Amino acid sequence: MSVIVAKDLVIDFPIYGSTGSRSFKKILMNAATGGALAKDAGERVVVRALDHVSFELKEGDRVGLVGHNGSGKSTLLRVLTGVYEPASGYLEVRGRVTSMLSITLGMDMEATGLENIYLRAQIMGLRRKQIDAMIDEIAEFSGIGEYLNLPMRTYSSGMSMRLAFAISTSIDADIILMDEWLSVGDADFMEKASLRMDNMVKNARIVVLASHNHDLIKKQCNKIITLEHGKVVSVQ
Amino acid sequence: MLSQRFKFALQDVIVGLSHYHIWLLLAWQDTKQRYRRSVIGPFWITISTGIMVALMGPLYGALFKQPVGPYLQYLVVSMVIWTFISGFIIESCNAFIAAEEYIKQIKLPLSVHLLRVLTKNLITLLHNLLIVFLVLVFFPPENFWGLVLMPLGVFLVFGNLLWIGLILAILCARFRDIPLIVTNLVQACFFLSPIIWKVEMLGRNRFMADFNPIYHFMEILRAPLLGNSSATLSWMVSGALLLFGSVLTLLVFSRFRSRIAYWV
Repeated sequence: MSVIVAKDLVIDFPIYGSTGSRSFKKILMNAATGGALAKDAGERVVVRALDHVSFELKEGDRVGLVGHNGSGKSTLLRVLTGVYEPASGYLEVRGRVTSMLSITLGMDMEATGLENIYLRAQIMGLRRKQIDAMIDEIAEFSGIGEYLNLPMRTYSSGMSMRLAFAISTSIDADIILMDEWLSVGDADFMEKASLRMDNMVKNARIVVLASHNHDLIKKQCNKIITLEHGKVVSVQ
Repeated sequence: MLSQRFKFALQDVIVGLSHYHIWLLLAWQDTKQRYRRSVIGPFWITISTGIMVALMGPLYGALFKQPVGPYLQYLVVSMVIWTFISGFIIESCNAFIAAEEYIKQIKLPLSVHLLRVLTKNLITLLHNLLIVFLVLVFFPPENFWGLVLMPLGVFLVFGNLLWIGLILAILCARFRDIPLIVTNLVQACFFLSPIIWKVEMLGRNRFMADFNPIYHFMEILRAPLLGNSSATLSWMVSGALLLFGSVLTLLVFSRFRSRIAYWV
């Protein structure tokens, strides 16, 4: 059964600012002068980020999105998250989407590590009670130790990322969307982290991973979608 | 097509309201972040309002030739309500713009970001109520029976603020000049509305206040705290605006909801 169906997805980004069409003045002038003074206000500049993209994903699919910078990988991930609604086309996603596009979203440098576990996990959709049950495991995995009671701004960047990683990977995901494989910390931690990632990915129904690392894609994915200039060039 | 969009817009608001744990969390975090490492924290809000009113009270009381007690009582209640209304309206302009990171990364109802702003201003209001309480203890109003209608007044004002905030948040995400216009208008409203002056001072020109929705919103919250009953006109205007404004805002939201992620 297909879990994600995309048909002829088109995403256009309006570009504001460059032409000044976002300014209220331009629109007013345009209305007042019938378009003579500020012609560009009416002509929107758009960038077509995805151009008639179609694919179907089934249970168990591990999808690698490959393509050059600006080929539409990240945009496609955001469309699947439900952030960007397509200008035209059809998209159906049956299941709960866990977005790993930014694993630090919701975290606050001034808050303590412990507070941040609650912040981040609640943003990911968990409730306080569920987090209470997970907190020891997260604390132990992250290896932050006594620093958990200190504000996150006192952490090294590696420590912050370890904490963000530990929280983000501790939830049961159904459909996982990732922009680049998550790998953080020093050698020891990376080994632990890699096991945890494999585990999370194994338990998910669908994983969509955008990456430039071909070896990784070959290792992790059973389906590769290649994008070029917003178009799907091949599905293998 | 429109009915489908309308359904999504309505759903956004209803699901947004039910995500109370998210907007309560974010609003609380906003407040904490602002006052972190400060010894008395958000009570600075209380102190600054207290000082302002203590300084303004005698001066404007003398200017307007008002007895000190009742005028101070009027000024405190007015300023606290105005701080809430104006603070929310100004901040709601940035509700979506400031939440860009969230809007672009995860799927949340957009109304969550507006409710976060409302809650943040509500937290400020609760701190300021301490002063209202103090003043009411020292200068108690003659009767409290007007408070019976307070819940209805709160409902009407919050409802109105929500639609005003939502339509502003949408327009401001698209046109970045509007937040600046709104800030100026709100400042003008402070002088144009009966906040430091009383509506009775207008005498025969009372219509100037009657055409001002801000006056009616203030009045249905203020009058019960001062021991008066709000004018029927204020109730009617607030109710009618709530109805008309909510429909208008929902239509605008239906039309542009899916575009907001592209605008921020």
